[in-house]
Amino acid sequence: MSPGLVTNSVLASEAAKDLPAFGFERGAILSDARNVAQGRQEAVRIPAAAPLVEHYAAAGHKYAWIGIGAMLALALAGGLYAYTRIQPDFRARSRVEKIVMLVLLLASLVAILTTFGIVLSLLFESIRFFRLVPPGELLFGTNWAPTSGAPVPGTFGGIPLFWGTVLIGAIIAMIVAIPVGMMSAVYLTQYADPRVRRWVKPCLEILAGVPTVVYGYFAALTVAPALRNFAAMLGIPNASTESALAAGIVMGVMIIPFVSSMADDSINAVPQAMRDGSLALGATPNETIRQVLIPAALPGVMGGILLAVSRAIGETMIVVMAAGLSANMTANPFASVTTVTAQIVKLLTGDQEFDSAKTLAAFALGLVLFVVTLLLNIVALRIVKKYREAYE
Amino acid sequence: MTQEDLTIADPKMTAHGVNVFYGEKQAINNVSIDVGTDLVTAFIGPSGCGKSTFLRSLNRMNDTVAGAKVTGEIKLDGEDIYAPSMDVVQLRARVGMVFQKPNPFPKSIYDNVAYGPRIHGLAPQKADLDGIVERALTRAGLWDEVKDRLAESGTALSGGQQQRLCIARAIAVDPEVVLMDEPCSALDPIATAKIEELIHELRGKFAIVIVTHNMQQAARVSQRTAFFHLGTLVEYGKTTDIFTNPRQERTKDYITGRYG
Repeated sequence: MSPGLVTNSVLASEAAKDLPAFGFERGAILSDARNVAQGRQEAVRIPAAAPLVEHYAAAGHKYAWIGIGAMLALALAGGLYAYTRIQPDFRARSRVEKIVMLVLLLASLVAILTTFGIVLSLLFESIRFFRLVPPGELLFGTNWAPTSGAPVPGTFGGIPLFWGTVLIGAIIAMIVAIPVGMMSAVYLTQYADPRVRRWVKPCLEILAGVPTVVYGYFAALTVAPALRNFAAMLGIPNASTESALAAGIVMGVMIIPFVSSMADDSINAVPQAMRDGSLALGATPNETIRQVLIPAALPGVMGGILLAVSRAIGETMIVVMAAGLSANMTANPFASVTTVTAQIVKLLTGDQEFDSAKTLAAFALGLVLFVVTLLLNIVALRIVKKYREAYE
Repeated sequence: MTQEDLTIADPKMTAHGVNVFYGEKQAINNVSIDVGTDLVTAFIGPSGCGKSTFLRSLNRMNDTVAGAKVTGEIKLDGEDIYAPSMDVVQLRARVGMVFQKPNPFPKSIYDNVAYGPRIHGLAPQKADLDGIVERALTRAGLWDEVKDRLAESGTALSGGQQQRLCIARAIAVDPEVVLMDEPCSALDPIATAKIEELIHELRGKFAIVIVTHNMQQAARVSQRTAFFHLGTLVEYGKTTDIFTNPRQERTKDYITGRYG
């Protein structure tokens, strides 16, 4: 039963002429009458609704029949159409296959077109930004202090952000993730009993399923204060609650399952014959791993590490919560630094005019990040693919 | 099987009452055999008869297979190789192995051969190592073909060359026994002929045990032949006797091609 059609016909009736024009009151009266007409309540609560009940009931009845009629007509028409189409030379199966294929194609296009749209929006907004601020300043300037209003020359230098991103994502996080991830992969593939492996591997993979905001809490509330106290104890100056080290370490932990599972795959892809060959020469398992398995698996592992880096530099929540927002160019890991992603969040949250250079800078930074991660991914996938071919 | 066939004056390895299990399944049942120092011993038999399994128990490569268990006694120069005091790493340096499919490491030809000597610390000086590599490659009949391209990857060689490289790699550590697990099954007839020639030349320098599917090959390269069937040793003796005058009905049926 279509409520819109029913209400329209009720409003067209005589009894509705006295209804107030004011929206809420009118709506309350109408819905009161409708509820009584449909048997949802015993009697009207607003006296003005009483005369409308009958109209509602009648109109509801009428449209119910019309609806049934329309449905039957549609079903018959559909049945007739289908009947006329049944012919000896009609290939129903291939037609269905084609339709299914089209649906699947559309589904995959959704993802591709969305990506394309994102790139275009990044590109257009970045072009607007680069009209206000020259690209050279963003890419090579060393002072980051964007202000609202007309862009002040020399305040949109991206180098401190890029440095912070590299320090946290590519240096500190990798110092944590690469050795731990590699060693756990070696343990799981070479030493672990199958029963241990059955338990440890899923546990490691759970790490990858923890929401990044939870890592963020952990970094900001647990790791960062502990590190600051530790730094203060050592007498390191500028030790801050927001430190590159806290964000980097937690990010490294987050990336461990990533590195470990890529390394696991690469080591497993090295043929068993290679391992047997080394063991049969009297090499210890340790020598076999270090001198045969890891060198043979290295290209795949490298690809995995590059993918991990591209994930780390795009990671946002941890750095927003733990790394801070002050654009420092420092190699002191206990100091606060900021990253590209943290700045994008800062630039876009809160009330912003959409045409100021400050807001548009977020898109330009996003574009830089996108290009860098894209390149990393392409190189990584190339390496991984080439390596896979070598053993097939 | 009579006792005289088993008697070898100077056995390098002796196996007595050996059983091998993979989990619940018994792959080798009560096998006793002696391997002569200056002889080439061939293991023949149909697929799945356990000849490769038995070969792999001679240098404890079965240890790498999960659920594998070996009982009985296998001795190398009178020393039980399954004794707790035996160092597996040391054992495998003395009993080398060449596999069915050539498996050079993805390293240079030089590094492939130098791998064993390096891990065992056999060559303190670079010049010593060069000498070992050259000697091993020469013995494997590969030196003339690769001497100008030692830095190239071992995996770039042809299949037959790769297999000879693997033999060079195995003999570079100066083992006492070389086990070969169907070393020619992945090779063409010309490469196979070269490997067989090589086995002839290496005879006397190492005790050689070769598993083969190819009965003609066993007849050509070996002095002793053991016929395995369904996990048991059916007959063991001089190769000429096995092929011309087998004692067991099953051996005769197999070598005349009635099954297998």
